[in-house]
Amino acid sequence: MAAQTFQPIPPRPAPVNTEGLLPWIRSNLFGNWMTSIGTVILGALLLWIVPQLLSWALFRAAWAPNADACRLDGVGACWGVVAEKYRLIIFGRYPFEEQWRPLVATVLMVGLLVASCARPFWKPWLALVWVAVLGAFFTIMFGGVLGLSRVETDRWGGLPLTILLATLSMAMAFPIALVVALGRRSNLPAIRSACTIYVELIRGVPLISVLFMASFMFPLFMPQGFSIDVLIRVLVGITLFAAAYMAEVIRGGLQAIPKGQVEAAATLGLSYWQTQRKIVLPQALAIVVPGIMNGFISTFKDTSLVTIVSLYELTGAMGLALNSDADWRPFKIEGYLFIASIYFIFCFSMSRYSHWVEKQVNKSKLR
Amino acid sequence: MSEPIITFDKVNKWYGNAFHVLRDIDLVVAKGERIVICGPSGSGKSTLIRCINRLEEHQQGRLIVDGVELSDDVKAIDQVRKEVGMVFQQFNLFPHLTVLENLTLSPMWVGKMPKKEAEEKAMEQLNRVRIAEQAAKYPLQLSGGQQQRVAIARALCLKPKIMLFDEPTSALDPEMIKEVLDVMIEMASQGITMLCVTHEMGFAKAVADRVIFMDQGQIVEQNNPHDFFNNPQSERSKDFLSKILGH
Repeated sequence: MAAQTFQPIPPRPAPVNTEGLLPWIRSNLFGNWMTSIGTVILGALLLWIVPQLLSWALFRAAWAPNADACRLDGVGACWGVVAEKYRLIIFGRYPFEEQWRPLVATVLMVGLLVASCARPFWKPWLALVWVAVLGAFFTIMFGGVLGLSRVETDRWGGLPLTILLATLSMAMAFPIALVVALGRRSNLPAIRSACTIYVELIRGVPLISVLFMASFMFPLFMPQGFSIDVLIRVLVGITLFAAAYMAEVIRGGLQAIPKGQVEAAATLGLSYWQTQRKIVLPQALAIVVPGIMNGFISTFKDTSLVTIVSLYELTGAMGLALNSDADWRPFKIEGYLFIASIYFIFCFSMSRYSHWVEKQVNKSKLR
Repeated sequence: MSEPIITFDKVNKWYGNAFHVLRDIDLVVAKGERIVICGPSGSGKSTLIRCINRLEEHQQGRLIVDGVELSDDVKAIDQVRKEVGMVFQQFNLFPHLTVLENLTLSPMWVGKMPKKEAEEKAMEQLNRVRIAEQAAKYPLQLSGGQQQRVAIARALCLKPKIMLFDEPTSALDPEMIKEVLDVMIEMASQGITMLCVTHEMGFAKAVADRVIFMDQGQIVEQNNPHDFFNNPQSERSKDFLSKILGH
């Protein structure tokens, strides 16, 4: 029998078109009678709600900073409250005529954060830039030099305070979390239990109680006349809290690295720290990028709890601004929507950035 | 027989309290000797070779590698690991580094070699395993056979005196086994001491000076490949060979 030649069959397109808008609608919105009913009901709800929402928020809204205009019949959203109070909301109790200072400080910090996210800036000198910008932030905010009047930290507030608390606590929590996560997997029992106790203790209590302790109990143990600024105490509290959670996220990533990676590194003569730094952590952190960003976003919003120890960051400043003024007190919904949109801008940016980082670190997995 | 490079002297090891995985192992490996270790799974073959570079520690007996006795002493372990290369069943390449970076990592960080020199040496090794054109790729972009050749090149970058292979072809598609074995056969002709856990009997016949058969943590039989395959002495090895060669 003659040998048969292998004849590959050329690929043919699928018989039913599955790409494009119409096929997408057909399969996703009207795939079967259950989804079709769902699509119709949800569509009707949207048609009913969206016009009302637009009417309230835009067409019938009052834009002028005039409380009487907002009280007229048939008026929708009162955005005048934002026009009237935005400086109090954004800068809190910081002296009114000095509010260019928190503005400059905030712009500096946001610029620093945006720059730190971009690859061209990932150089050793970025650390110096951080020190310089943080130094500038505190100098401008605190004053007392260069002809700036002194503003104590208890007058700081609003967005600059939110950004400061979030940035510093995240920046400090991350390295602590790394060490604790490695410590929980250490071969040395003392280190292992110390790290476990830390994580379990902190995770066992709400952030509010950590802040209370940092703010009210901690000073009781200090010698007379010696005090640490409440801002720093609160910062340490948030940092320790965020680090405990992040340590567990990172530990999850560490556990996903196969034992063979460490063994291969050992046979190549790498030390423990070289192995962690070059082999284990790059892979583990790549896995937990979404979890770490989750922690960052939640820390950013958790800063709103410092209101209970009388630091008026964005949320607290909003409450302060409206509660102190009977004319505008009824329009809190609009005020909350305003700060919600600020929170959203920051959190959504972080989320998109996390997506980008994920893509970057997963490049080696593309075939 | 030339001078010994690895000496096992009544080595015992347990996993936990109950599983006695290595039992009174006595073994002397001469410099340049090529040894194939076979036996059923769970017989302790992998553990035996993993003791040589201290990926596993033995609890009793003495184990001397290139004049250094292995103990808890970290310096001794580092010294031994410098002389011993290892290739794993699952390759264990670093997936986040390119092929070239996999090879230069240890020379640069452990050997403090300048980057350029390390890369030149790495390319030499990649040429040796005939995979130089893949240097810029990531491991997961390569086939299993290519990955294992990279792993061999990575181990060779340290210029080891001893190479350990832990079932290097067991995770490969049949079509790729040959390309890896060819590289290993070439290496064997260059005088490096090799210990290889494998069931590739063709490879054993082609390059091994000695075949060691293990079962239940003991060395049951050792002989040159010709006699081992044609005239096994123990019942256990006869039974084993009939199973792996029987079809």
